[in-house]
Amino acid sequence: MEYFSIFVKGIFVENMIFAYFLGMCSYLAVSKTVKTANGLGLAVIFVLGITVPINYLLENYVLKEGALTWLDPTFATVDLSFLSFIMFIAVIASMVQLVEMIVEKFAPALYGALGIFLPLIAVNCSILGGALFMQERQYPSIGEATTFGLGSGVGWWLAIVAIAAIREKIRYSNVPAPLQGLGITYIITGLMGIAFMSFMGIEI
Amino acid sequence: MSTENSAITPKRESLFSKKNRKLLKDPLGDSNPITIQVLGICSALAITVQLQQAVIMSLSVLFVMIGGNVIVSLLRNLIPDRIRIIVQLVIIASLVIIVDEVLKAYQPDISEKLSVFVGLIITNCIIMGRLEAFALANKPGPSVFDAIGNGMGYAWVLLAVSIVREIFGSGAISLPGMGQVKFLPQEWFISSGGFYENNNLMILPPMALVVVGIIIWIQRSRNEALIED
Repeated sequence: MEYFSIFVKGIFVENMIFAYFLGMCSYLAVSKTVKTANGLGLAVIFVLGITVPINYLLENYVLKEGALTWLDPTFATVDLSFLSFIMFIAVIASMVQLVEMIVEKFAPALYGALGIFLPLIAVNCSILGGALFMQERQYPSIGEATTFGLGSGVGWWLAIVAIAAIREKIRYSNVPAPLQGLGITYIITGLMGIAFMSFMGIEI
Repeated sequence: MSTENSAITPKRESLFSKKNRKLLKDPLGDSNPITIQVLGICSALAITVQLQQAVIMSLSVLFVMIGGNVIVSLLRNLIPDRIRIIVQLVIIASLVIIVDEVLKAYQPDISEKLSVFVGLIITNCIIMGRLEAFALANKPGPSVFDAIGNGMGYAWVLLAVSIVREIFGSGAISLPGMGQVKFLPQEWFISSGGFYENNNLMILPPMALVVVGIIIWIQRSRNEALIED
C-alpha cells in the first residue's frame, strides 16, 4: 500500500510539472503534437525509472554521512554530500548515453520511437529534480525510491500529453495574436495546475 | 580621437562598442531567454513567491553563467566535440556547488527555501543554451557580455514576476537582509475591520505561469514582429 501511495502521489499530488515546474523547457518545446509529446513522455518515465534507483544507491552507499562504513568502519564520519550534484548529473548523463546505445542495439523499434528524445533528456530538469527530491525526502528503501521515480515520470508524461492535446485543438480557436503559441500555453498550464491542486492533501 | 585610437590599435574594440552593447541589450528585450527563447523556465517559476528568493536566485544564475561562459570560452579549442556536453555539465556543476555551499553558509534560511532549485541551476537550459550557442564559438570577452546580458534578461523577468506575486499575494516586499516589509496598514485588512484582503491565489504555484503569460502578452503586443503564427 505504501508503494501505491508514493506512486499516486508522484502522478497527481506532487506532479513534476504542475507543482514544481520541472522539465518546463522541453514541456513547452516538444508539446506541439501528441505523437512527439508521447515519445518524450515515455522516454522520461524510462530514464527516471533507471536513474533514481542508481542515484539512490550512490546516495546511500557513497555520498551520505557515514555511508562508506561498508568499506571500512573508520569512514563513519566522512560526509561527501557536497559532491552529490556533480555525481548525480554525471550518472544521469552517462546513463542516458548508455541507455541510448543499449536501446539502439537491442530494441530498434523502441529506439525509433524514443531515439531523438533521449539525448534531450540529459538536460531535462525533471530527471535531476527527481534525484534531488529523492535525496531530500530520504526514502527508506530502493523499492520506494524507484516507485517515486516511475510515479513522477508518469505524472510528467500525463502533463505533456494533455497539453499537447489541448494545443492541437486550440489551433482552431480565436486566440489574441500576441498570446498565440507560447503565451496561451503558459496560461493553460497555469489553469491545469490550479485543477491539479484539487488533489492536494489526498492521503491514500 | 577615435580614428587616432583605432589607427594605433586597429584590432582592439572599445569596451562598449556597438557589438558589445547589442550583446548586452538584446537578451533584455527581443531575445529574452524566458519570454522569447523559452529557456530556463523550470527554476524561474518555482521560486518567485518572494522577492528575496528571486534576487538570490538571479544572482546565483548570473554568477554561474559568467563563470561557465568564461571557462568554456577559454577551453573552447581544447574540448573535444563529442564529449562537450559532459564537459560543460561538469563545469556548471562545480560552479553550482560553490554557489550552494556559499548560500548554505551565509543565507541558510533562503537556501532552505530554495531547496532543490539551487541544484537545478545545473540543468537550467539558459546556461547550457548559452554555452552551446555562444561561448563555444566566441572569445572570453564577448562571452562575458553575453552572459551578463542573458543573466539580466532572466533576472528582470524573475524580479517582475516575484514583485507582482508578493505584492498581491502577501501585501509585502522582501529583500535579502531586510526581511519582509509589509507596507499596507494593518487596519485596512478585513481581519481588523478594513476592506482589503490578500489574494492567496497569487502565492500558489500556477499563478507564476499566468503572470509570465501576461508578460509575454504585453511584450508581444508592443512588438508585433515577435508574434508566432
